[in-house]
Amino acid sequence: MIWQVEFIILFLVIICGIAALWVKDLLSAAILFGAYSFMMCILWAVMGAVDVAFTEASVGAGVSTIFFVAAVFRTSRRTKD
Amino acid sequence: MKLIGMISIFWLFIVLVYGTSDFSAWGDPESPCNLHVSNYYIEHAMSDTSVPNIVTAILADYRGFDTMFETAVIFSAGIACFFLLRRPKYDAPEAVVFRHIQTGITLRIEKGGRLPKESDEFERIDTQWVPYDLVIQVTSRILVPFIQLFALYVVAHGHHSPGGGFQGGVIFGAAIILFAVSNTLRKTTHRVSEKRSAVLCAIGVLIYAGTGVCCLLAGGNFLDYSALSGLLGVDPVTARSHGIMMVEMGVGLAVTMVMIWIYYNLSSAGKQHEGL
Repeated sequence: MIWQVEFIILFLVIICGIAALWVKDLLSAAILFGAYSFMMCILWAVMGAVDVAFTEASVGAGVSTIFFVAAVFRTSRRTKD
Repeated sequence: MKLIGMISIFWLFIVLVYGTSDFSAWGDPESPCNLHVSNYYIEHAMSDTSVPNIVTAILADYRGFDTMFETAVIFSAGIACFFLLRRPKYDAPEAVVFRHIQTGITLRIEKGGRLPKESDEFERIDTQWVPYDLVIQVTSRILVPFIQLFALYVVAHGHHSPGGGFQGGVIFGAAIILFAVSNTLRKTTHRVSEKRSAVLCAIGVLIYAGTGVCCLLAGGNFLDYSALSGLLGVDPVTARSHGIMMVEMGVGLAVTMVMIWIYYNLSSAGKQHEGL
């Protein structure tokens, strides 16, 4: 793969990870975490670990985001700290 | 306090980045982890198990014991969510909200009031009102069967392409969760009840362990599928392939049902009469 594309994806992974910790809105944090998982999934696929990429896409970007949203729906929308 | 935390995390980050310089290069054939067992798997996986996807062969056959306990871990995650979140005693909700469909009028009935029957005229809606959109409902109704079909394909085609029980199970569970999100939780629990999901995820783990026990009874080692060749009427290599298939189906069932079970408890805060 072209190294520039890989660099951009890696950069976005770090940005998403930091932003998910940074934002006060928990729903946005959940969505950012989903984006982080999807970027990681692309990185796994680039490195040839297609099975891991598949798992990351279905579990990390799919179901765990829904679980976070469901948990946010039942607790508070914003963090206190 | 926050500053101290930031500084310590920053130092840890520096140490970790420094630590990666000792790693062997990515994809290096001379690195220690690529020298011993990997070669055996790459050379023998096809002739041992007749499974073209080496990852599936390692996951379900060579390292079958690991995967069995992984399934047990997922099962216990469902159990843990159940015990943490579920409210065991049924307490009647404070108020139940109904909508008269023809006029769109919402009725709020306090505890103890007489409830109308769910029919074409009245439908029960959640107290924290979620705006049900007809477009979303119809779109998800069209999508759900195709997602389920794809999930079954992922489970069944795990021998030849990336995929297998875990991924297929998660996708199948996600299809049912999509149904629950676009409709109501009650409609979903009416189709896949909590009891059924709990029993089926236990059955999924039992299918996995039961395959191992079948191998024991047929005279082989635990999870040595080649012992099943007499039982299935095929040669030992094909028997290993079929054994992997059985195990994957058990994993898929367990994972699907655990995902649904966790979602039920999480989205309704353990009450399971209304949710996301």
